Amino acid sequence: MKIGAYVGGIGVLGPGFGNWGEACAVLSGRRPYAPAPAVLPPPALLPPTERRRTGRVVKLALAIASEAADAAGLVAGRLRSVFSSSGGDGHNCHALCAALAATPREISPTRFSNSVHNAAAGYWSIATGATLTSTVLCAFDASFGAGLLEALAQVTVDRVPVLMVAYDTEYPEPLHSKRPFPDAFGAALVLTPAEERNSSAHIEATLGPGLLDSMTDAQLEALRTSIPAARSLPLLRQLALGLCGRTVLEYMDVAHLIVEVEPCR
Amino acid sequence: MTPLVLKRFTATSCIGRGIAQTLSSLSAERGGLSRCDFESAEIDTYVGTVAGVDDCALPADLGRFDCRNNRLAEMALREDGFEAAVREAAARLGARRIGVFIGTSTAGILQTELAYRRRDPATGALPAQFDYGATHNSFSVADFLRRRLRLEGPAVVVACACASSAKVFATARRMIEAELVDAALVGGVDSLCLTTLYGFHALQLCSASPCRPFDIDRDGISVGEGAAFALLERTGADLASGDVLLLGVGESNDAYHMSAPHPEGNGARRAMQDALSDASLEPAAIDYINLHGTGTPSNDRAESKAVISVFGAAVPCSSTKGATGHTLGASGALEAVISVLALRHGLMPGGVNTARVDPTLTAHYLRRNRAAPVSRVLSNSFGFGGTNCSLIFGRAG
Repeated sequence: MKIGAYVGGIGVLGPGFGNWGEACAVLSGRRPYAPAPAVLPPPALLPPTERRRTGRVVKLALAIASEAADAAGLVAGRLRSVFSSSGGDGHNCHALCAALAATPREISPTRFSNSVHNAAAGYWSIATGATLTSTVLCAFDASFGAGLLEALAQVTVDRVPVLMVAYDTEYPEPLHSKRPFPDAFGAALVLTPAEERNSSAHIEATLGPGLLDSMTDAQLEALRTSIPAARSLPLLRQLALGLCGRTVLEYMDVAHLIVEVEPCR
Repeated sequence: MTPLVLKRFTATSCIGRGIAQTLSSLSAERGGLSRCDFESAEIDTYVGTVAGVDDCALPADLGRFDCRNNRLAEMALREDGFEAAVREAAARLGARRIGVFIGTSTAGILQTELAYRRRDPATGALPAQFDYGATHNSFSVADFLRRRLRLEGPAVVVACACASSAKVFATARRMIEAELVDAALVGGVDSLCLTTLYGFHALQLCSASPCRPFDIDRDGISVGEGAAFALLERTGADLASGDVLLLGVGESNDAYHMSAPHPEGNGARRAMQDALSDASLEPAAIDYINLHGTGTPSNDRAESKAVISVFGAAVPCSSTKGATGHTLGASGALEAVISVLALRHGLMPGGVNTARVDPTLTAHYLRRNRAAPVSRVLSNSFGFGGTNCSLIFGRAG
């Protein structure tokens, strides 16, 4: 069985991309890519006290999730979600590990509860009142593919709309040397079982061997290979072009994610 | 949902290495918690330590995955013929048709904690041999298992705090129904580390005594460690009477607070109701509930309310965390296996350590073991971030 869904809304944030509109202009070839550090807005959804305390990973995930839900014209609080990240909040992790290596060991309770991999999904559900389930995943470099596969399986099997959010932020040193993400990147898609007013394309995925798609622009290709969530770029390019086609996304070493894209009329 | 059969299962925790020891401890109402002497931790609490983890070496070709968490996974894999059952399934169905869906909360973060003590004094760099991807990263445990068992299907870690390895059953169910795989290795692995011990301590959630779920004097959790696995497949002609089935899964979010449950247990209630509806069962069909039952005042209060709202006070329930400790990301899978043992052996395990049940918690809490036929069990797992998952298991008729 193929798993498929309609794409109802897209959110993107990363170096040189403030939103999907900006990414779309670059990926469709209408504008050259001009890399600049990713700017992560304070999450408008959260109360001011929480807003100040949230780390970059929560800011990124909430920004792209909101953008995708708004673009789909769907109420965020009524969506199921799949969050997928290669590593969660690296700055928070560094602070905890540094505190555990110090004497005396003084751990911030807030840092600890924010250290769970599902922190961004937790803040999202609290902020939007989303009581439908969130599944939070990690598959290292394959985290985007794993998130898309899970979300498409949910849409196909359970016949419900799903918000898929893939996001990664950089680690500070000394972890940065071990996991050198240059910046933050995230992509979110609202996926629905039936065509909706705002649907832009139908996508269908299978697992199998294939030649991985890359980006023609050297800087975009560097972005694709350096941040796991940016492995989504070939799919985003196909969606930006609005053309029928197939993209092969990185997943497991022996099986890639082959995605057929068909724009809605 | 279409029921799935648990072809094989195993569990390792502080109450036993493999099924026989686990069952023997449960039958004897014997807990495994001991005063915390883990690593350099100086916290007045009890922990559920698995003996011998450090002595369990990984295969030489997978040396980069070496850490306490993957050693614990390796240790569990060797019990109950589990490794052989997975290899048999791979030979029968094809390695590409078997998915690996594992829950963990902290994976091998202990490696990073230790590496931070050995930073280069001049540059601050971590030791050269520290391998982030194969140890600390959440995916490391699923990556280790797929390489160890030479499986080539989809693989992912579900990291939803303490509901992680209950939710892997939901992911596996969808992947099988979508025909992306024909079988799934599901499970949970979480091992002791300083992050969770000091973190729960900072939140004032670690009890200074062995934890006492549902007790009037309960005052927090005992952190444990464990690994539990199940091999899930579609039912076929070879389904035998007594085989154990996954009948239903329910998942929800509290949408309330990052580290405290909804006071009325609203999210927990919806997870249980959705599991019943997924299994097409009425509440009266459940014979025993294995509670999340962490032993914190707020969890047990909210969970009792949620259980009462769905089941009334008739269904016997208990938490096995007094025996095993809270194995966090492994607790969903560990308690799924305990639920399976309840079905198989007609044993409703009593809540170890609980001396006097809090009279305000009106759910029908079992303090002592009860021997009775068990046809269907519901198991609860809840986590930080307000994530909830309920599983229903039953016996094939």
